[in-house]
Amino acid sequence: MKAVVSVIGKDRTGIIAAVSARLSALDINIEDISQTIMQEYFVMIMLVDAAKSKVSLEALEGELRAAVGELGVTVHVQHEDLFNAMQRV
Amino acid sequence: MFTQNEILETIDMLDNRNLDVRTVTLSLSLADCIDSNAAKCQKKVYDKITRVAARLVPVCDELAARYGIKIVNKRIAVTPISVIGSASGDFVGLAKTLDRAGKNLGVDFIGGYSALVQKSATDKEAEFLKSIPEALSSTDIVCGSVNVASSRAGMNLDAIKTVGEGIKELAYLTRDNNSFGCGKLVVFCNAVDDNPFMAGAFTGFAEGESSVNVGVSGPGVVEYEINKHPDYDITKVCELIKRTAFKITRLGQLVGTEAAKALGLAPGIVDLSLAPTPAVGDSVARILESIGLSRVGSCGTTAALALLNDAVKKGGVMASARVGGLSGAFIPVSEDAGMIEAARSGDINIEKLEAMTAVCSVGLDMIAIPGDTPASVISALIADECAIGMINNKTTAVRVIPVYGKTVGDEVDFGGLFGTAPVMRVSLGDPSKFIDRGGIVPPPIHSFKN
Repeated sequence: MKAVVSVIGKDRTGIIAAVSARLSALDINIEDISQTIMQEYFVMIMLVDAAKSKVSLEALEGELRAAVGELGVTVHVQHEDLFNAMQRV
Repeated sequence: MFTQNEILETIDMLDNRNLDVRTVTLSLSLADCIDSNAAKCQKKVYDKITRVAARLVPVCDELAARYGIKIVNKRIAVTPISVIGSASGDFVGLAKTLDRAGKNLGVDFIGGYSALVQKSATDKEAEFLKSIPEALSSTDIVCGSVNVASSRAGMNLDAIKTVGEGIKELAYLTRDNNSFGCGKLVVFCNAVDDNPFMAGAFTGFAEGESSVNVGVSGPGVVEYEINKHPDYDITKVCELIKRTAFKITRLGQLVGTEAAKALGLAPGIVDLSLAPTPAVGDSVARILESIGLSRVGSCGTTAALALLNDAVKKGGVMASARVGGLSGAFIPVSEDAGMIEAARSGDINIEKLEAMTAVCSVGLDMIAIPGDTPASVISALIADECAIGMINNKTTAVRVIPVYGKTVGDEVDFGGLFGTAPVMRVSLGDPSKFIDRGGIVPPPIHSFKN
């Protein structure tokens, strides 16, 4: 099952490290990653494959929110079908 | 992979523009529950609802988490109780059964305390109409509706009179709660069988055993998009609304399909209606203002609403396998921050709202009127609205609340999604002779199409 992980917030050291370390610990593969700074905001978007993970997609958002802790960024985890539905004819 | 803009746009719609799934409504036939023994009928109804809809709420919660979206209401719509209860005559008992079943499942509303009497009422249906005030005042989450007119059958003035009197009685019975019982009752012309929205949802006789119907909501998204382009001419504005409606509807289509799959039921329709809430940034009135009106209710409002309604349908139809329900733009007064403001300032009145209902879905919705409004005036208001629907082959409806003890200038707070309603002035002429005539208004000539 593939999901889009998006992390948005003020740029700080260690955001990518925190998220990717937790994904790795949960046995979730990062298939694609992009990261930019837009109008001072840090924006990172990942496509992840959670097929081998024991953690459900529904629970993953909580896991990653815990991982970024006090870094002051918002994390969303959404099934890729949402974007397929809304952004593709 | 999606582009960054695509992903950010979707997240922005969900997080900042109040895009959500307003309702997942499980449509359920109760035809096999009919029994002349009242207790047996109640048991069959309770057992069937709690069996088929057992997983409705958990499934919706799961989907909400999977997609990072809000599913605001979970609802059930059943076969009109006027028919299910005819054999036993136990209508109010069935209303209480629906209430109990719905509450035990944790759903927000259960609709179908309904009757379809557009041509005429059976003896039992006439009894049912009289039971509405008691049923809706003695239950919490049960919603009712009465179809009193259609383009094919005409307008049942007898039923309209009874319903007008019933609304007054219901207002009195729920006087301690701002007469809110009336907020759970809607009177229709050309009611639809698969509407997922309350208070008018029921499972029509053309529907199958069960299905999942979805209503999405995204007025804030449309308003935001229009505001980004003040330089667009009106043709481009229509295109923009279509594109936005497409994306909004796709969300509904996805949730409907997945919910039906998880529940093991047939996927039903997506209702394209733009449904507002009193929250800032979730208002249909504000969309009309973003098109270029200083305040909803001004001249130009009907035209702006007509183009909005049509563009939403054009964009939504292609986004969904099956479109149904009411599909348009809702203009409830108390549930829309922009409407509330315009009603308060006097920029919008019932006459303008009536004109607007000629070009958008449904009708005079969630309007508080003075508590001393005579029943005949309410019936005549319903007749006017039905005439618009009957002649124009569209669904129209009336959901007014004659708030007991309140008058023009007062304001009532219904709480939560139902919002705040300034009590609006109703024309004081006396239509009682017209209403008291009774009988059936024959259908318009254009109904003979075959």
